[in-house]
Amino acid sequence: MLFKACGIKFSYSSTPTLEDVTFDVDKGQVLTLLGPNGVGKTTLLKCLNKVLEPKGGSVMIGGVDMHGISRREAAKQMGYVPQRGEVSRMTVFDAVLLGRRPYIEWDASEKDLKLTDRIIGLMGLSDLSLRYVDEISGGEYQLVQIARALAQQPEVILMDEPTSSLDVSNQHMIMRTIRKIVQRNDMAAIMTIHDLNLAVRYSDRFVMMHGGRIFAAGGHEIITSENIRSAYHVDAYVENVKGIPIVIPK
Amino acid sequence: MVITHDRTIVEVETDDIYNLRSDDPAETSSNFKEYRSYIKKKSWFILFCLIVLFATVIIAANIGSMKISFLDVLGHIFSLNMDGDGGIIWNVRMVRIIACILAGAGLAVAGVVMQCILRNPLASPYTLGLSSAAAFGASFGIIFLQAGSSITSGISIDNPYITTICAFLFSLLATAIILFLTRITRVSAETMVLAGIAISAIFTAGLSFMQYIASDAQLANIISWTFGDMMRGTWELNLIVFIVLLPVSLYFVYRRWDYNAMDSGEETAKGLGINTERERTIGMILSVLLSSVIVSFFGIIAFIGLLGPHIARMIIGGDHRYLIPAAIILGALIMLISDVVGMNIMHPMILPVGIITSMLGGPLFIYLLIRRYR
Repeated sequence: MLFKACGIKFSYSSTPTLEDVTFDVDKGQVLTLLGPNGVGKTTLLKCLNKVLEPKGGSVMIGGVDMHGISRREAAKQMGYVPQRGEVSRMTVFDAVLLGRRPYIEWDASEKDLKLTDRIIGLMGLSDLSLRYVDEISGGEYQLVQIARALAQQPEVILMDEPTSSLDVSNQHMIMRTIRKIVQRNDMAAIMTIHDLNLAVRYSDRFVMMHGGRIFAAGGHEIITSENIRSAYHVDAYVENVKGIPIVIPK
Repeated sequence: MVITHDRTIVEVETDDIYNLRSDDPAETSSNFKEYRSYIKKKSWFILFCLIVLFATVIIAANIGSMKISFLDVLGHIFSLNMDGDGGIIWNVRMVRIIACILAGAGLAVAGVVMQCILRNPLASPYTLGLSSAAAFGASFGIIFLQAGSSITSGISIDNPYITTICAFLFSLLATAIILFLTRITRVSAETMVLAGIAISAIFTAGLSFMQYIASDAQLANIISWTFGDMMRGTWELNLIVFIVLLPVSLYFVYRRWDYNAMDSGEETAKGLGINTERERTIGMILSVLLSSVIVSFFGIIAFIGLLGPHIARMIIGGDHRYLIPAAIILGALIMLISDVVGMNIMHPMILPVGIITSMLGGPLFIYLLIRRYR
């Protein structure tokens, strides 16, 4: 087991936002957190990545407790793509190179620069590498953020709505690329996506959340009309096409 | 990637591009070479600014009421000769030039870091109420500790050290209040800026009260102090500023990657392993300490903390690896040019540099804003 979150609890006020959230992910797997807005998916990702301090529970990667190590060491294990990153006046190359920060002591090494160059190519950002990030589109910046997290060479990559600003073509390109990277590098990816069909097509496992708790977890078998109704309060058909469930809202 | 008709080889090689853990020095793209050239250009720009600063120092050392030939000035500077004309060059002109360089560099580097950690492009050593607190402290010294003189001709401050110490202590008090407020709430950029605005308002009201109860002579002293003036520069003060400026700037340079990360947002920075609360607190304490020393010694000098960083950012971008050194040099350069202008524009009257930086800085800043956001 590469990643295990155990009994995660969090609250912003007296009302608990997350209650006893437990799940795990194996090497080479993509896991998607599903659920309507406000169920605690983003909060959960932030708790997993130490952006927020959970009130209870533990996060283990390869048997190491993430809350027992420094933030910098944790950044070598986990890459994080926030839903809304802020743009600054630096080039795409520099923004992606920033992903090497956990490894850099004084200045970026030749290896850091070459890896950055390779990841920029992989994300299809080569033409933009010397453009300032405050001059590119929202979708392109989303790719930059993913590239930066990949430059951390993490064991686990956490992504909050990584495809929300992308067009259909780029959505599939990025999901396919993430999946290949995860499988090729024995990593794991944990993400939130609102597009159920995109999630179903590129994920191995799912965690469905409701009211800060997990109410269903597993593979494609949990993508059922009943679970979708329970989670989203929406009636939907679930058809199997070539072994992959397709969700069609009624 | 080698193109081959063998399907197996194609798949293996295609798959390998997704291997992020490979230590093999992969071939680099043309973008990589362009990036290297782009980085070199930034270094060249910094070197160019340094040369212009050096040339400005030589020109400034040649300007003064006593005529000394250009070659003699150069000779005295490079031989460190402090006798005769050399004494005028070093103890009158160079001491002031060095004060300008140190103050300009310090205010600019403090501005760069504050704009980053407070996520506010208008943040400067004054956003946090420092100038108001220092001016209040100086007024307190002048009125209650008799640091101001009873003037007969011109304006002079009898005991500048009491004024300076009071200004410094009150700016530290302002810092302590801001830190306390941000600690008991949350160490965020917003709370720091809001606390700074509140502190500034309180000390401005206090300064107005001081001016209201001051005698004519005291009022003249208070107003004189609030004009930033490099005439106050001495070798001792310059040394103290240098002793604070050097380690603080080195720390900021050391943390340049963290500031880049913080520029990309709080969550991104934390995800990259940065302890943003700690860096924000340390960065603020150091930048406020540095600006407090400068403001206490030389008075209020507006706009350098905005102009230096913003001009540098517009030319070479927001990468703190290059932005910090560029802003330091440009801050020093703007300050020195302003002082030279102040000394010559209404000759023989010498205008305080604070007036010049505001007169030049305001319109220039508006121009830069229009150019940037048009």
